[in-house]
Amino acid sequence: MTGGNPTTLYDVVVVGGGLHGLSAALHLARGGARVGLLERAWIGRHASGASAAGVRTLGRPIAELPISLEAMAMWHDIRGLVDDDCGFHMHGQIKVAENASELAGLRQRDEQLRALGYRHEEIVDAQELRRLLPPIAPHCVGAAVARDNGAADPHRTLQAFRRSAEAAGVAIYEGCGVERVESVAERWRLCGSRATVEAPVVVNAAGAWAGRLAALFGDGVPLGTKASMMIVTERVAPYIAPVVSCAGRALSFKQTDRGTLLIGGGVQGRFDLQAEKTTVDFVALRRAAQAAIALFPSVVGVAMTRVWAGLEAKTEDLLPVIGPSPSAPGLLHAFGFSGHGFQLVPVVGAIIAELAASGSTTRQIAPFALERLTVKEAAA
Amino acid sequence: MFVRPFKSDARAVSVVIDGETVAASDGEMLAAVLLRTPPFYARRTPVSDSPRAPYCLMGVCFDCLATVDGIASVQTCLTPVRDGMRVERQAGLRELTK
Amino acid sequence: MSKLQDVAVLGAGPAGMAAAVRLRALGVPVALIDEQPAPGGQIWRNVEGNENTAVGKALGSDYAAGAAAAAALNESGCVLRFGNQLWQLEDAQPEAKWRVFVKAGGGLDMLPASAVLLAGGAQERPNPFPGWTLPGVVSVGAAQILMKTAGQIPEEPVWIAGSGPLPLLYMTQLLALGGKIAGYLDTSPRGNLAAALPHLPRALAAWKDLRKGLGWLQTLRRSGVPVVKDVAEIAAAGNDRLESLTYRPRGSKAVTVPARLLLVHEGVVPGIHVTMAMGCAHDWRDDQVCFAPRLDGWGETSRAGLYVAGDGAGIGGAEAARLRGEIAALGIACKLGKLSEAEARQLAAPLRRALDRALAPRRFLDALYRPRPEVFAPAEETVVCRCEEVTAGQIRRAAGKGGPNQLKAFTRAGMGPCQGRQCGYTVSHLLAHSLNSSAAEVGFFHVRPPLKPVTLGELATLEIEEATP
Repeated sequence: MTGGNPTTLYDVVVVGGGLHGLSAALHLARGGARVGLLERAWIGRHASGASAAGVRTLGRPIAELPISLEAMAMWHDIRGLVDDDCGFHMHGQIKVAENASELAGLRQRDEQLRALGYRHEEIVDAQELRRLLPPIAPHCVGAAVARDNGAADPHRTLQAFRRSAEAAGVAIYEGCGVERVESVAERWRLCGSRATVEAPVVVNAAGAWAGRLAALFGDGVPLGTKASMMIVTERVAPYIAPVVSCAGRALSFKQTDRGTLLIGGGVQGRFDLQAEKTTVDFVALRRAAQAAIALFPSVVGVAMTRVWAGLEAKTEDLLPVIGPSPSAPGLLHAFGFSGHGFQLVPVVGAIIAELAASGSTTRQIAPFALERLTVKEAAA
Repeated sequence: MFVRPFKSDARAVSVVIDGETVAASDGEMLAAVLLRTPPFYARRTPVSDSPRAPYCLMGVCFDCLATVDGIASVQTCLTPVRDGMRVERQAGLRELTK
Repeated sequence: MSKLQDVAVLGAGPAGMAAAVRLRALGVPVALIDEQPAPGGQIWRNVEGNENTAVGKALGSDYAAGAAAAAALNESGCVLRFGNQLWQLEDAQPEAKWRVFVKAGGGLDMLPASAVLLAGGAQERPNPFPGWTLPGVVSVGAAQILMKTAGQIPEEPVWIAGSGPLPLLYMTQLLALGGKIAGYLDTSPRGNLAAALPHLPRALAAWKDLRKGLGWLQTLRRSGVPVVKDVAEIAAAGNDRLESLTYRPRGSKAVTVPARLLLVHEGVVPGIHVTMAMGCAHDWRDDQVCFAPRLDGWGETSRAGLYVAGDGAGIGGAEAARLRGEIAALGIACKLGKLSEAEARQLAAPLRRALDRALAPRRFLDALYRPRPEVFAPAEETVVCRCEEVTAGQIRRAAGKGGPNQLKAFTRAGMGPCQGRQCGYTVSHLLAHSLNSSAAEVGFFHVRPPLKPVTLGELATLEIEEATP
């Protein structure tokens, strides 16, 4: 039963209206495909709308570096892709070391990268650190820096990708969650709450719900959920330009172009996936406040205006799942970015389009195969 | 804008608003003092530098924010006056490195 | 057997004080928390300070009645925490049902509570119009608070624009104190009276209240204050402060007058900030044009152990608030095992009958003072989000299917310090209009904690054990 909805045929259906879904839809549509996108709430409702929007190659897992470096080049010309600068500022990303041991750890990684041929990060001393971050606490000894990194505005980015996707002909269905999946001839039929669509190719960009969606296609994949908390403060005068993280603490710290400070780092709140609800845990959040003050003592009197926790997916090895389904023909996965997917948005969409068009991709996505998670589970 | 024609039983005190000494009664609401002291506003907004005076006087509008005894963005409608209280009207964005 | 934790009562107005006193009488420990320095809420604000003063006399007998409530509170043995702001509520794990996070002068604190009663009352309905953010434009409620807390009155003849009982009461009080009124712009639409009349017979059960209101109207008439009826639009103008006021009676031409102080009021609505933040179910009340938390007969919300009493449950006035406070206290005492269900029902029965009588004039008054549509459809250039200075035009242009929260993300409306208290309703109404829907369907902003601003330093030094997962 299709619930009374007429069925619309597409070349590709994308499930998930976050940035990865929009990017995939955009690239597919520009490649000539007829694309429909289903989103159960509204565009950007969850992880994308709650993102700190860090655009970084700094500190990435080595497996992600090839695609991350390609994405970085795309960010440097993001206007060419979505006709908007997305609020992208390139003031650098800095990972601060608070003591000699942490700095030694950063140097070790730097050597490892250079040995592999990567030059996008560098180590700086305390003096250069102070020049880049004048308010940094005096005890900080140095940092790893990627000068061509930065941050964007998540909502501008969402609006830009959405506009471009729609301009390219993508049909977006908001308020339309997928209730049922059926195999019909050579196509997949997705019965949504407001529409029924069919396509031979489906993209799973369903974020924290991607595991549930995958299961409907017969792909069991263990997927955890994160509810990382984010603090937004009152507006303050220009304070720092780069985006800051910390070698020894869970902290991400940046200033938006409106002047608010955005403080995150992965301290977890509580969540209810079914109800799409999260709850802030202030007692746990103390650590984020303490970390912010430890690195930037002059923020001690700054007021927090609001705090929230965004729902996102987390894989066991914190690497995303990108690639074809091992069991369901025509199903392509793009999920599990584990809190650091924003920067990869432009390139992952291109990869998905390549996979849909030719069945293969020139990019290095072997580390992101879904099988690695299920094999591990089978072996456990 | 507003005046206080009735003698109060509370102790007379003074507060300093932007360097100017102003008479008040011990324990009265600081926002009330701001509304009878020219230029009557508590702050100028960071977005458009518009002056804002206390509006709701019950802690709901957040327009009455001023710096009180060195602490920024205090809701003056919830702040009882104390003798010698130092008040600075806020303007623009808060500087952190001063 | 662990000691019974305090019931936390938030708000020391008529509902909170009555609930606290009744709970104490039943042997339940209570912590009464209020951000003001003294009891009374808004309606009885500074009632202790005005005893036997000229201001107290001018404020009238309803106000003076608050003194007895404050006295009863002081004798009840409640733990009193004045000057404390609520910034978060959490369901706790086994040892206490709720954790109440407060901020006082010295820093942050957390109280465990066996139940929480929200008695934070109402706020004035947001009432945006061009120029409403200028110094010199103040709400009538605020002007009345100035009178109550500081005996402070307008210096020059004041303009007042709005509708509802409060402007009438304020004008009566102001005239009694020798204040001068330049004019009253009554924004209540002429057609309201006809819509209200069918509810008049029921309202007559509370004829004393109606007589009071008629008395205020008579005082106004006798005073010679110019009254303009059925004013559809108002706008304030000036450089850095109010200098002139323009008003347009419905079907007539606009008039501009010099003005240095304008008091405005378009009714009151339940304060829903905390119940929204807690994810409680709310219903749209078309009779009062607002959302109100969904409550059972004892005032319990959709979250177990969280209750609401007073105007926060629905606008009803001081006597209804008092009765709701007592009823909630009985419900809470029953839940905590201090009363059997039968005892609670028996004690509540006369209170419920009295509550019915106290609410008798509601339908009539709500219809008589139903806000004109212009309140919900401000002109394009009107600042709707006062904190972030987002205009009605910007909001209309950003309207989309994602509702108020998507709009918040795109325009920043609702993201400032007041977190939507002053703009939430206007945004919902504007969206409803753009989407050809209703405020009830569109809903309201997600409200995020902290409920009042807390600094990073304060949070960093919060001293409590981390909850075991």
